[in-house]
Amino acid sequence: MTADVQAGAPAIPAATPTAAVATAGRPRRAPWRILWWLIFLAGVAYFTLPLVGTLAFSLRAIPPLSAYTDILTDQQFFTSLGYSFVVGLLTIVISISLMVPTAFWVRLRMPRARPAVEYITLLPFVVPPIVLVFALISTYSHPPLPFTHTDIGSTALLVCGYVVLSFPYMYRAVDVGLRSMDIRALTEASQSLGANWFTILTQVILPNLRVALLSGAFLTLAIVIGEFTMANYLARPAFAPYLSLLGSNEPYQQSAVALVSFGLTWVAMGFITILGRGSRSKIAVTGAR
Amino acid sequence: MAFLELTGVQKMFGDVAAVLDFNLATEKGEFVSFLGPSGCGKTTTLRMIAGFEKPTAGMITVDGKDITFKSPNQRNVGMVFQSYALFPNMTVAGNIGFGLKVRKRPKAEIDRRVGELLELIHLGGRGDRYPWQLSGGQQQRVALARALAIEPQVLLLDEPLSALDAKIRLVLRKEIRAIQRQLGITTVYVTHDQEEALSLSDRVVVMSEGRIEQIGTPSEIYNFPSTAFVASFVGTLNLVNAGVIDAGAGRLSIEGQEVRTARVPGDASTDGRVTLALRPEGISLGEGATGSNRLRGAVEDINFLGSIVRIRIRIGEGTNGEPPATVALDTFNDPHLKLPDVDEVITISFPPDASFVLGAARDQATAGVEAGAEV
Amino acid sequence: MTGSVVQMNAQGAPTARPGRRRFGRTWLGLAPFAIFSTLFLLIPTAYLVVGSFQDPAGDLTLQNYADLSDPVITNAYATSLEISLVTAVAGGVYGFLMAYAVISAGLPRRLRSGLMTFSGVASNFAGIPLALAFIFTIGRTGLLTTFLDSVGIRPYESGFSLYTKVGLEIVYFYFQLPLMILIIAPAIDGLKQEWREASENMGATSRQYWRYVALPVLMPSLLGAMILLFGNAFGAQATAYQLTGGFINLVPLLIGNQLSGDVLHNVGLGYALAMGMVAILGITLIAYSVLQRRSERWLR
Repeated sequence: MTADVQAGAPAIPAATPTAAVATAGRPRRAPWRILWWLIFLAGVAYFTLPLVGTLAFSLRAIPPLSAYTDILTDQQFFTSLGYSFVVGLLTIVISISLMVPTAFWVRLRMPRARPAVEYITLLPFVVPPIVLVFALISTYSHPPLPFTHTDIGSTALLVCGYVVLSFPYMYRAVDVGLRSMDIRALTEASQSLGANWFTILTQVILPNLRVALLSGAFLTLAIVIGEFTMANYLARPAFAPYLSLLGSNEPYQQSAVALVSFGLTWVAMGFITILGRGSRSKIAVTGAR
Repeated sequence: MAFLELTGVQKMFGDVAAVLDFNLATEKGEFVSFLGPSGCGKTTTLRMIAGFEKPTAGMITVDGKDITFKSPNQRNVGMVFQSYALFPNMTVAGNIGFGLKVRKRPKAEIDRRVGELLELIHLGGRGDRYPWQLSGGQQQRVALARALAIEPQVLLLDEPLSALDAKIRLVLRKEIRAIQRQLGITTVYVTHDQEEALSLSDRVVVMSEGRIEQIGTPSEIYNFPSTAFVASFVGTLNLVNAGVIDAGAGRLSIEGQEVRTARVPGDASTDGRVTLALRPEGISLGEGATGSNRLRGAVEDINFLGSIVRIRIRIGEGTNGEPPATVALDTFNDPHLKLPDVDEVITISFPPDASFVLGAARDQATAGVEAGAEV
Repeated sequence: MTGSVVQMNAQGAPTARPGRRRFGRTWLGLAPFAIFSTLFLLIPTAYLVVGSFQDPAGDLTLQNYADLSDPVITNAYATSLEISLVTAVAGGVYGFLMAYAVISAGLPRRLRSGLMTFSGVASNFAGIPLALAFIFTIGRTGLLTTFLDSVGIRPYESGFSLYTKVGLEIVYFYFQLPLMILIIAPAIDGLKQEWREASENMGATSRQYWRYVALPVLMPSLLGAMILLFGNAFGAQATAYQLTGGFINLVPLLIGNQLSGDVLHNVGLGYALAMGMVAILGITLIAYSVLQRRSERWLR
């Protein structure tokens, strides 16, 4: 037999000159790594500085924390935040009610309409908030549809505008969520059991989209609360216009509120990250600019 | 005169030993396979030859030159990756010629060589296609050509066919071997598919848990496995517990029926029981020739596998609460052959040298199972 | 309802396609979306388009577009374009570097998820709070400004000001950078480790790998992302509004002024301004889509 059988305990060969422990990887990259660290840290510094500046400014008030406690006694803070929050919720509800059936229908029945629908959901990029609000006001500020003449009408217009702004990421979030389900099989199974479309959507599809919808919802909420342009030109008592006007009387409080709003965004994004753990696609996030 | 030589090569990842005491000496032009289950260290060893991992101990030489710590771009070994790794932004010709371009060869020479290789892999005239326009099999051929373009001293292939479907795999397998023979390049081929390894290689290195189990020609590995692992990994094997009656004469008892094995167990057992290994193709229905071992048992089931019929037989009723031994035999399909019925008691036979002792008796639950089957 | 009728084909196997008669009903499924988009996106946009071709009396005219050549307006476009371009390139390059640093350059894993989360937040921090944050930091009485003053460096006396084009670019960078990081991260992920190994195997040095493989493969994604950044900056209004209150001439600000009933007194001109924006952004989007398709193919 000529089998070279390796048996028994490993025998470390003696006297191999090059037996030095080598790193798994490329040692010569070590000097370059410093450069990458520098790049990273410089970026971090740039990001932190304005936040620190805001914090420091807010603490200049006398006594130092009064800027923050003043917030608690500022009625307008709560009403404007509340207003934006409600508007945000309305936006989310309408957006989901529109997007889920649409994305579902396109996937299930009308794949050919897909490019057109996707194109429309991308239009808000081409019609940014300033242009959109301009267009909405121009169209709906006189009879027969004088939305802007009433508070309710203006708020409704704002909500609809925000729904349009939410198109790109809501659609994408829902679409990605749908992709992970075999909606054809689920629909056919439901139909064979006697369900109608409404039941299918609300009891089969929607529950399985929970994660995607929650992500989209938090994103929309963050964007609505931070949105200035449309709220401002529609003269709505929203959070961002409140923040903008605060400075003329209460600069310290303004900086405190700014920091608080940053914190709120962070919380919302934190939820999204937790929810989105494991999902591969990252949806670009922009809002008030 | 060894061409590619690995001596005492070891790779540790923290406390985990991925490869231990790997020793191999290959001749120039030899085709060697590393065969083993996932995690056995075969790919890690290959990557050490290529230079993408550095050994924690040991030495690798090619044609006498020590390359153990050379950086990968200075080794002149060609590697074919499992996922092809073709550069998507370059055409087929661009991919194949990349190694030469990096070596700053003149354009005319690059074009000529690319043309040669395209012909070699039967993709002549398609040099201007992009990888995403090609099928999996075509992409793999381009990857092969790319590795060969630089005229490497050693060719390394990391499970190159595992992403392709069965028919293409067979075709490509033959092509790879043919090209390798034609060019006479020393080749290391990593695979977990034993059929691939056995059909392609001059020699096979069977690995398990970071160690070499056996190195030998395909025939040696298959017919004379030196360890239980090799025996069970390569081919299918019956493993049966047997009592030792007379170690010197090779007489054993399976469920009270006596058999003789030609191979005398060395240090086999501590409790008078050993594991006897039997290849299914070595067993036949019926009494067999004079001097054959005979066993009687009841048919458990019959599997029709196309050209082969596999019959499983239960020997005895089991001892001491253990389940009875089962033995599977393979017989060529013959439409006129009358096969036994289930539960029929029949006689089977095998020559003494179709069996060998593998070591001490093992847990009967696993011993009776057809080893080599994927669980 | 469509789709619940099961029809048989010639072989007797069921097909699930709705019959031709019911095809029109399928479009109904899209009705809510279609109606909403029409009412609140398409019609208003159309209103702008039509209005841009009308004079105050309501007759058709191209005068509004001709009036775009007013130096104030061309200056606004030029400034907007410039700021968008500068921040797109700066944010693009540095964003790529930062993303690469945490993904492939061997920095600790934790940094990557931290950076991604922060980028998600920071790209949304734009608008009023962002402008305020910079005012509080490098404005005339900002934290950093007063700190530098105390060590003898007076940037505002040397000509620097937050309330200029450059200042605005510094501020815009704050949401451009994270946006780039978010967009380019998947592309960097898509750069397969094996390409690097294959190129090393072929004998290429690190520089050759970048030059011949990595950068060419990443280029569509990089360009596409930067184009997205460009569009992002171009349409931004709130930040500039809060920061400059009109000191800097930008197209979104001009449109905003129009809405406040200000300067132009000619609605048609306002519409033409908006159409100009839409046109530029439209081209941007098309360019992005083209590049996106290319990069998807390579980096799947």
